[in-house]
Amino acid sequence: MILFKKFSQQLANYLPIVSTQLLKNEWVITILPEHLLFSMNFIKKHIGLQFSLLSCISGVDFIGKEYRFCISYDLLSLVFAQRLRIKTFLNEITPVTSVVSVFPCANWWEREVWDMYGIFFENHPDLRRILSDYGFEGYPMRKDFPLYGYIELRYDENHKRIVAEPVEFAQEFRYFDFETPW
Amino acid sequence: MVIKKDQLVKQLKSFTINFGPQHPAAHGVLRLVLELNGEIVERADPHIGLLHRGTEKLIEYKTFLQALPYFDRLDYVSMMAQEQTYSLAIEKLVNIDVPIRAQYIRVLFCEITRILNHLLAVGCHAMDVGAMTPMMWAFEEREKLMEFYERVSGARMHAAYVRPGGVAQDLPLGLLDDIFQFVEQFPLRLDEIEELLTTNRIWKERLVDIGVVTSKEAIDWGFSGVMLRGSGIPWDLRKIQPYDIYENIEFSIPVGTNGDCFDRYLIRVEEMRQSLFIIRQCLNLMPTGHIKTFNKKFTSPSRIEMKQSMESLIHHFKYFTEGINVAPGETYTATEAPKGEFGVYLISNGTDRPYRCKIKAPGFSHLQALNNMAKGHMIADVVTIIGTQDIVFGEVDR
Repeated sequence: MILFKKFSQQLANYLPIVSTQLLKNEWVITILPEHLLFSMNFIKKHIGLQFSLLSCISGVDFIGKEYRFCISYDLLSLVFAQRLRIKTFLNEITPVTSVVSVFPCANWWEREVWDMYGIFFENHPDLRRILSDYGFEGYPMRKDFPLYGYIELRYDENHKRIVAEPVEFAQEFRYFDFETPW
Repeated sequence: MVIKKDQLVKQLKSFTINFGPQHPAAHGVLRLVLELNGEIVERADPHIGLLHRGTEKLIEYKTFLQALPYFDRLDYVSMMAQEQTYSLAIEKLVNIDVPIRAQYIRVLFCEITRILNHLLAVGCHAMDVGAMTPMMWAFEEREKLMEFYERVSGARMHAAYVRPGGVAQDLPLGLLDDIFQFVEQFPLRLDEIEELLTTNRIWKERLVDIGVVTSKEAIDWGFSGVMLRGSGIPWDLRKIQPYDIYENIEFSIPVGTNGDCFDRYLIRVEEMRQSLFIIRQCLNLMPTGHIKTFNKKFTSPSRIEMKQSMESLIHHFKYFTEGINVAPGETYTATEAPKGEFGVYLISNGTDRPYRCKIKAPGFSHLQALNNMAKGHMIADVVTIIGTQDIVFGEVDR
């Protein structure tokens, strides 16, 4: 707790931080997307921080908010055995700078965020889709993308190949909201 | 006519080959586009996602409890380690304590899972490289371990045994004795496997100095687990950020020196021995007591209570249909799964469903470094490197 206070005060002297939080004893700082690359570089290389290992990059879709997307970078300092989460908030049209030049392993994680959320990473060396099928359209992890998707694939015996058709359900998709059950 | 010497040099274009997705050495459904110069790999471009099932999306539409079995199906050779991560994440969000006995059971089965995983990793790696026998022996042992899974949960693989707030049910009578029997005989099996491999000239020729990763590269590429330790970084979350009862348990972490495939093989074998040591301690220290948290909101009532009290019956019904309400919050919880750091980034908005559940699979980071590790090696070494990375596509593709 004290350590975190000290850390956030010190860091605010160097970096344009929007906010610092201590969530469930985890260190979280929020940074504007335009300051991201510089800040990540600083946090990675500063001798007193050394958050040199990027565990994971995750996108989150807070639909309905002004800046609906959040990207979280989970960093790990092997020297100080400390984790740090850097968050940045953006909307559909703000691009965010790729951090591949700082963390090489951001490459696939950013591709995944691009694939799933359609967030564009500037200066990314190879921004292709990664997990979805070849020729897939849409961004499946967005909250407004339906769970069952738009297209279904099946093997067509007549054509002897796999055909894609718009998805058809005999029964409508049921979503049980237990907030007001009865 | 004079022929100039530089005209004599043959113009060789690199040769592109498609490796997989249905190659037995591709460990499932890896499609690799390899650019070769003769037999030398110039570039390896892994195409993943052929086993993408949309787990993260599906979890958002399930209650916290219904989402648990998806974690078995991610890395389908280290099932309980992942259930444990997810359970720990929920426990962190709702602040519940797990009884000591449940924690011991979790660690016991986590280590059984580690042996399960490393046996497959070493066995399949050996088979990819050309040694058949170790895999046969390893699978024999895996069957025994999966029988323990079955006795405790009813399922051989997809156990859904570790639950938020404890474990699903108590250990059956006599199970600990049988695990002890296993622990007694297993080192011998391990010695036999090692006898075939560790000093084997072919095995060494195929593994030593192949896929060397320096410690700096390992950090840059976000490695974890054996891949990080193989490069000489003593990093193990069980020691450094201990969860459950790992802080009460003695064990050591093997660390490599060269960062090549052979080091990583040795580490896996040594980790199995360490796991046995941990299992032994768990068997000796296993306390009596409850296996579910005392916070009744987060556990199902027992069968007896359910038959006698109407409230318990209602609670049982609500628990399995509506699920548990998790307070708003977020956490990134990581544990040392057999393959490396398995993390769950869980965001709850106060309802009974996770708002977002990001799964950080260790294999994803490892596989993306394949290009770097394989560059300049022979095509046959690509198979060795995939084997040493211990890739399972369930977790890479999610």
